[in-house]
Amino acid sequence: MDVPPVVMIDPIDSLRDRRADFPILGETVHGRPLVFLDSAASAQKPVQVIDAMGDAMRTQYANIHRGLHWMSERTTDVYEAVRDQVAGLIGASAREEVIFTRNSTEAINLVAYSFGSMMRPGQAVVISEMEHHANLVPWQMLRDRTGIELRVAPITDDGDIELDALERLVADGKVALVAVTHMSNVLGTVTPARQIADIAHAAGARVLFDGSQFVVHRRVDVQAIDADFYTFTGHKLYGPTGIGVLWGRRELLDAMPPFMGGGDMISSVTFERSTWANVPHKFEAGTPAIIETIGLGAAISYIEAIGYEAVAAHEAALVEYALPRLAEVPGLHVVGAPAERGGVISFTMDDVHPHDIATLLDRNGIAVRAGHHCAEPLMRRLGLSATARASFALYTTREEVDALASTLTQIRGFFV
Amino acid sequence: MDQDGLYQQQVIERARTPVHAGPLEGATGRGEGTNPMCGDRVRVGVWLDGEGRIGTVRHQARGCAICLASADMMAELAVGQEQSGAVMMGRAFTALLQTGQDDGVRPELMVFAPLRQHRSRIRCATLAWSALEAALTGAPAEDSKDG
Repeated sequence: MDVPPVVMIDPIDSLRDRRADFPILGETVHGRPLVFLDSAASAQKPVQVIDAMGDAMRTQYANIHRGLHWMSERTTDVYEAVRDQVAGLIGASAREEVIFTRNSTEAINLVAYSFGSMMRPGQAVVISEMEHHANLVPWQMLRDRTGIELRVAPITDDGDIELDALERLVADGKVALVAVTHMSNVLGTVTPARQIADIAHAAGARVLFDGSQFVVHRRVDVQAIDADFYTFTGHKLYGPTGIGVLWGRRELLDAMPPFMGGGDMISSVTFERSTWANVPHKFEAGTPAIIETIGLGAAISYIEAIGYEAVAAHEAALVEYALPRLAEVPGLHVVGAPAERGGVISFTMDDVHPHDIATLLDRNGIAVRAGHHCAEPLMRRLGLSATARASFALYTTREEVDALASTLTQIRGFFV
Repeated sequence: MDQDGLYQQQVIERARTPVHAGPLEGATGRGEGTNPMCGDRVRVGVWLDGEGRIGTVRHQARGCAICLASADMMAELAVGQEQSGAVMMGRAFTALLQTGQDDGVRPELMVFAPLRQHRSRIRCATLAWSALEAALTGAPAEDSKDG
């Protein structure tokens, strides 16, 4: 009997066919094939997302929740079905816990404004040293508005949150909320969310995770990590811009006042007073991003069809391949060495500024990000003014990592 | 590697070994230009001569090769100029990069002309000239907390 040979597919190659789903990857830049290593800033879009949005506008579109006609009712159904998808994606216990926002930044601002308005002077919010400005500035604004205290949990030189220090920061019982990233956009650090949640809860604090990066690479289970709030944005998850998600525990959302007033978020309105709709609509004032929400739904379907297990395996293998390849580049220093790293690698190079690196990579068709990555305090903590950053997506290949490494070696030779 | 010639040897050499970098203490006027998008910063000190012309310019630049080279060339070209002439020199340079219009830009600065193809990098080259203008017009130099 013939036994078929067992073919082990390298995880890096396992998603190679999916590149064909992304039309933009066929483009050239400065006459070179596009090597897109800036997906942590915003990911490219598969044709499934592009078509879903186009089809909605071509065949089935009207305002939602209020129309007494077929088109409005159908569009409402499609829009609300995305809420179910999101709930399923992250393990929400009820669809009403999913609130659509413009992006993760707006989601965090919503919590800072609304949950924050229930805090009192003397209470505190804890963030970490490696937060994106989106999870820093809203809390500074809350502090300045209400007199709460803002505390910052330190990170190690490797780029991990110091959990002992976090424990000490919440020990006095004054902390109402711990708000930290689930994956750093600079260091790639995947934070130990469950441990952080346990530390926060033991001190009577709630916990928010900024999952903008994490949700792209790993499956989120808000129950398993015992989160109270979770935020992410659609455009990093292969979806469109203009749509993000806040998930929160129902009892918290019910107790929180609205963020913005307007249509759709009310129960009744008179000139004297208004009453609020139930969640999620209490937090969704005005006509939402209908088309973009439909696009997010298509993106989630796309990821779910591939499977997070495959996405995570591809990314882990790619990072494992890239780190030693980059280490071969003379003068290159990878920033941070976290215990667990997602598909984000920041680096510096002796004698070459990150902006010069980015410009010269771009001339060779390779797109990376350079700068402070909206994390100025982290840069200061690391003693840097800027880094270059390569970030991976499900369409990133081994050859693209090779192209990055070899071009970086040329750039180094150019300057030294 | 650098098809459009932005990183000419002259730029790289200037960035690596600036001639006019140095301490700013005692300057007649000091100015600073910062780019919050990237953290680049140029501080400039100007010493006027007895006739009110620019006698010496020193800079302290933190940034990319374009930023460092531009600061050093600015410091060289401004010397001997009337104050208004130096300001106009910088504005003409900025206009060249932003609009492509060559309104009497010094030929030495044409080395930066390829920046027309790198819009996001234009500020790297104009930062030093902004700092010079601040130093000459007396606009207060911002003290950076991390400097």
